[in-house]
This record gives sequence, structure tokens and C-alpha cells, in this order.
Amino acid sequence: MIGATLAGPEVRSTGEGDRAPVIQLDDVHKTYYMGADIQVHALRGISVQVEQGEFVAIMGRSGSGKSTMMNIVGCLDHPTKGRYLLDGVDVSTAPKAELADIRNRKVGFVFQSFNLVSRTSAIENVELPLIYAGVGSRERRRRAEEALEIVNLADKMKNMPNQLSGGQQQRVAIARALVNDPAIILADEPTGALDTRTAIELMGVFQDLNRERGMTIIIVTHEPDIAEFGKRVLLFGDGRIRKDYDQRQLEVLRKEHHMSELGGSAGSWMDDVHEEDAQ
Amino acid sequence: MKSLAILRIAFWALGRNKMRSALTMLGIIIGVSAVIALVSIGQGAQSMIQQQLESMGTNVLMVWPEDTRGSGGARRNSDDEGTLTAQDVIAIRSEVPLVTAASPIVNANGQLIFGNRNTYARVQGTSEEYPLVRDWEIAHGEFFTADDVAAAARVLVIGQEIVDEVFDGVDPVGQTVRLRNLPFRVIGVLASRGQSGMGQNQDDTVVTPYTTAQKKLLGQALPRVNQAMMKVVSQDAMPFAESQTINLIRQRHNIVPGMDPDDFAVGNMSEVADAAQETTFIMTLLLGSIAAISLVVGGIGIMNIMLVSVTERTREIGIRMAVGSRPGYIRLQFLSESIMLSLAGGLIGVVIGGGASTLISQFSTMSTVVSAGSVLLSFGFAAAVGIFFGYYPAHKAAGLDPIDALRYE
Ligand SMILES: Nc1ncnc2c1ncn2[C@@H]1O[C@H](COP(=O)(O)OP(=O)(O)OP(=O)(O)O)[C@@H](O)[C@H]1O
Ligand SMILES: [Mg+2]
Repeated sequence: MIGATLAGPEVRSTGEGDRAPVIQLDDVHKTYYMGADIQVHALRGISVQVEQGEFVAIMGRSGSGKSTMMNIVGCLDHPTKGRYLLDGVDVSTAPKAELADIRNRKVGFVFQSFNLVSRTSAIENVELPLIYAGVGSRERRRRAEEALEIVNLADKMKNMPNQLSGGQQQRVAIARALVNDPAIILADEPTGALDTRTAIELMGVFQDLNRERGMTIIIVTHEPDIAEFGKRVLLFGDGRIRKDYDQRQLEVLRKEHHMSELGGSAGSWMDDVHEEDAQ
Repeated sequence: MKSLAILRIAFWALGRNKMRSALTMLGIIIGVSAVIALVSIGQGAQSMIQQQLESMGTNVLMVWPEDTRGSGGARRNSDDEGTLTAQDVIAIRSEVPLVTAASPIVNANGQLIFGNRNTYARVQGTSEEYPLVRDWEIAHGEFFTADDVAAAARVLVIGQEIVDEVFDGVDPVGQTVRLRNLPFRVIGVLASRGQSGMGQNQDDTVVTPYTTAQKKLLGQALPRVNQAMMKVVSQDAMPFAESQTINLIRQRHNIVPGMDPDDFAVGNMSEVADAAQETTFIMTLLLGSIAAISLVVGGIGIMNIMLVSVTERTREIGIRMAVGSRPGYIRLQFLSESIMLSLAGGLIGVVIGGGASTLISQFSTMSTVVSAGSVLLSFGFAAAVGIFFGYYPAHKAAGLDPIDALRYE
């Protein structure tokens, strides 16, 4: 309601700074073809830019295309149409092997289901990206230890995934995502499998990475109090970006709507989208 | 660096499933050790036959009298022993320059008695050139001379087995024995030779001058010989020596080539050797390929397990791809797993196969030869099996879509 008056669906203008945005999507479409004539339009024209050092939270109804976009941004998938520049380089049509190298150097993933290699110790999981980057074993170990220290898990280095709690496993995953010093860290519902307290703790880790190390972070979440950690919030609906709140707009919202209790009032964000869907 | 780390991952993955890896390797182990053991038996037989044929001399030409009655030949004067005579042999020796030694063979087997012991001996009447023709050394004493042949002397040179059987520790040289109830003096002992190429024991041979055999032992009215053996100067000269010999005998027997059938046949050891070689080679090949089938079956086992492994580890593959593994690295990882399995299996198989063939040669009468060739071949075959059967699963793993792989439950 008020959100709509404050900030309608919009696309942030090109960055004011002289350096290119880390992520630039221009009218990106993704269509899944299932069978002869069944098509699923997962993304229907996404245009967005993310600058270095941003902390973006993505919300939106189930099936609105959030994961699809994350996959494209993370170079796991190609857009059907449109252009995607990562760090100023067009990767929309890069071949598989090149995409793998880009994922290795520029992207860190954190998944809802942790996705650690089983029966492999925490530190070896963190070392994985470095293996494919061709880093020597000693340097690998050193950097993996460093990454585990950043997420406060240095004491559980030798533990296997099944000897770690969910929160600890996700910390390992974060350490693995940041060990290659990527341009962006992408987290698709990273707290979805964790209880609220653990989730908040984990968000603290992301926040520190963003604040202290200036890492660019994009998080998909369904929970408003997780989204609240973002300095920018994208609202997805039906394969499009419905709203794009920047930090200033979020401040206003927070004040006027007691955003500290967003858990209760967040419904209004969704209501906005619903209203627009209905129109 | 990268490949090394990937090899280490593959090795570690195999170590994680020790039982499964061991069972998968078992197929290759059995295959390789079977190939090595069976081929070693075949090659052992081959080399044994080769050795013995060589010891009989491959450049020895042989002539046998042949029965021509069936085809209407009427030249034969005696119908029991054919038409080849010692004179034919002497003529060949003097008129065919390529022949460096010749001896007739007259079979005159009989009971040999010394003291209260006796044995049935394979007695051959021959000439003083017999040791030259047969490349046979005299272990002890001496061989008879041309004078002994001329005089039809009652002298014997005996094989090692005869010594063992009837002399019982007594030095046979100088002893008198009875052969077909005639007294003979033993003047020499032939060196031990074992079985012949045709599996015949040669150490029970007893030789005496052919004149003695013909006149005293057989009492032939017309002196005939059962066989003639000619040593030819070299292997290369064999065909020429053979045709000269044939011509000479035809001439002596009044045979017009093309009109009359030959009353003799010619052959040589290298022909026998070739035939025997071919037979044993085919046997080796057969044994080897039967064993190779089990190696292929082992390879299918690898493929089966690798396919299961790829499916099981779909999620892991997705994770590896997400953190930046190229499809090629995934392929390398899974391919190295199957190659490691087959190489390790091959190595163990070589050791077991080698051990088995040593045991076979020690605890049976078969001799075995583990050649570098068969080791390399079976090891190489195992590696090829690993690559061949590992490629499809590895390719399948590399072709996975990272998003689908990550979602795989
Ligand atoms: N591989 C696929 N094949 C076909 N359709 C797909 C595929 N992946 C996603 N979709 C469809 O694309 C649309 C967007 O899916 P997506 O996973 O991006 O949604 P989401 O916003 O992440 O939802 P959630 O919040 O439930 O995770 C959905 O309608 C989904 O069914
Ligand atoms: Mg999703």
C-alpha cells in the first residue's frame, strides 16, 4: 500500500560510479520447454544491476523465478534471451568449460541444503574450489583454514559433514563459497533448513563478510527478518522484478511500518505484489 | 597440479569404498592372472618342443622307404623292408656335397640282459656318423668307428636310461651284455636327452653298427634300412640338398620322374618343428583368448560399478561443477577411477598369474614360461579394458547438468 507509493516497480539506474556493476542483467528471459508445446516462462524480462559491495535480499512467491535468476547469475545456466554481464564480461553464451572457470573464480554458492561432499572433512570441502583453480596443496590448506576461521569454524576443520550441525555445515558452505575470493556470493534460501536463532547467527556471518570485506552478497529468502539484513530488497513476482527497494527506501519503510516487527507486517510487501498480479 | 589433485580425489574415492573396489578389481585380477598363467603354459609347451626339436637338429634331412605296391610298383625285391639300402645312404653322403654326415637307421629292438636284470631296448643300427647327425654327445666311453661298422662288430653304445635300469651303479663301459641272446660289449654311454619333440623318450636308445643289426640281429637276406638321416651344412641349404637327394635316389632306384611313383619319402625336422610350433601357438592363442574373455567380463564389472557410482554421486558431481569443475575434470576423475581399478587389478593379476605358473611348473610335469610379452600384453589389455569400460560412465558423469545434479536426491 504505502510501499507502492514510495517505490513502484523500478529498475535502478546505471551505477553512478565509474566502475562497471558486478552484475548487469539486460532483459533476461528464461523459458523451459517441456514437451512439444508446454513452455514455462520462468523469467520474463529481468533487468537489474548490482554494484560491488551490495547486500541484496530477494523475496517473492514460490515459483516467481528467484532460483532461476540465481542460477543464471551464478553461471550455472544460460538465459534463453537477453544479456548478462558479470564483472563487465558478457557470459550469456559462454561455453560450458568457460562457465565452470567463471563459477570457480567469480562466484561462491551457498545452497539451502548445504551441499557438502559427504564423507569428506570440512576443510577438504572448503578446499574444493581451490583444487579446480589449480592451487597447490599447501596453499590450499592455508587458505581453507583462513576461510574456516572467518566463519568461526576453525576448531571443526577435521569433522565430516555428518559430524556437524546444520548451522555449522552451512558455515562450511560459506567458507567454501568465499575461499576463492569471488566477486559475488549467491545464497539461495541459505537459512531455509535452519531454526530462527541459527538463521540469524548465520546472517551475521554474511553481514560481516559484506561489511568488513566488502563482498557482494545476494540472498534469496522467504523470511522477512532474514531479508531485513539486506541493504537492498528485490521483490520477484511472476518472472519479473516487481519492486526494488534501496537502503533509503527500506529505512523509510522501516520507520513508518515498524519494520523491526517485519515478521508480522511483511505481509504487506507480498500484498503489494498480489495486488499488482491481480491488476 | 590440477590433474594430480584430481587423481588424488579418484584414489581417495576408491579408498572410501574399499570392499567395492576390491570386488571390482577381482574381475580384472582373475582375468589377468588367467591370461598370464594359461599363456605361460602354452608358451612353456612351445619352448619345450622348440628346444627338443632343435636338439634333434633342424637341418637334418630324412628319407624313408615307402610302400609302392598299392600303386602297382613291381620293383621291390623284398616285401618286408622297403627298398632303401645302406648303399643309398653312402651314395648320398659321397655325392651330395651339402650333406656333411649321414647315417642309416635300422630298427632292431630287443631284450637286453645284464646279469640278472633285463629291459626291452630300442635298438638302432646306424653308422659312425650318428653322433654328428643327431648332435648327440657321448657322456662316457666312446662311439663305434667305421672299422666297427665294416667288421659288423658286436659293440653297443647305450642311453642313460638303460644304464640306470640294468647296470645299477656298475660302470657299463667294458661290460658284456646280451642282446637278442648275443653277447655285445658296451663301449659308450649317450648323454641324457629326455623326451623327443614327439614326446618319445630318447634315453632308452641303444645303438650298434647297422651292419651288426642287419647281419647279426635281424639276419636280413637283403640289407634294408628303415630310415636315413642326413645332416645338411645349413638350414638355408636344406631345399637344395633335398632335391639333390631325391634326384640321386630316383637315379639309383631307376625311377623316371612323372612316370613312376617314388618308393621313398623325404622330410625334415624343421617341417615337423613348424607344424608343432603352429599347433602349440594355436593352443596358446586359444588359452589366452579364453582367459581374455574373463578379462572383458571383468571390464564389464568395472563399467557396472562405475555407472552405479556415478548415479550415487550425482549430487557430488553437481557440487564439484558448481564450485568450478569443468566437465573434463569430472570425466578425468571417473576415468582415472576405472583405470586405477584396472591397473591395480592388472598388477595384482600379474603377480598372481606369475606365481600360479611357477607353481604349475613345480608341481606338475608341464613347463611354463612367463614372458615379458604376455605380462605386457595382459597388463596393457587390462588398462585398455579400464579405459574402454570406464569411458562411458565418465562421459555420462561429465555430461550431467550441474543444476539437475545438485537437485538429485
Ligand atoms: N528445470 C526446470 N524445468 C521446467 N520448469 C522449471 C525448471 N526449473 C524451474 N522451473 C519452473 O520455473 C518457475 C520458476 O522456478 P524457480 O525455481 O525459479 O522459482 P523460485 O522463485 O525459486 O521458487 P521457490 O521460492 O519455491 O524456490 C517455476 O514455475 C518452475 O516450475
Ligand atoms: Mg527457489
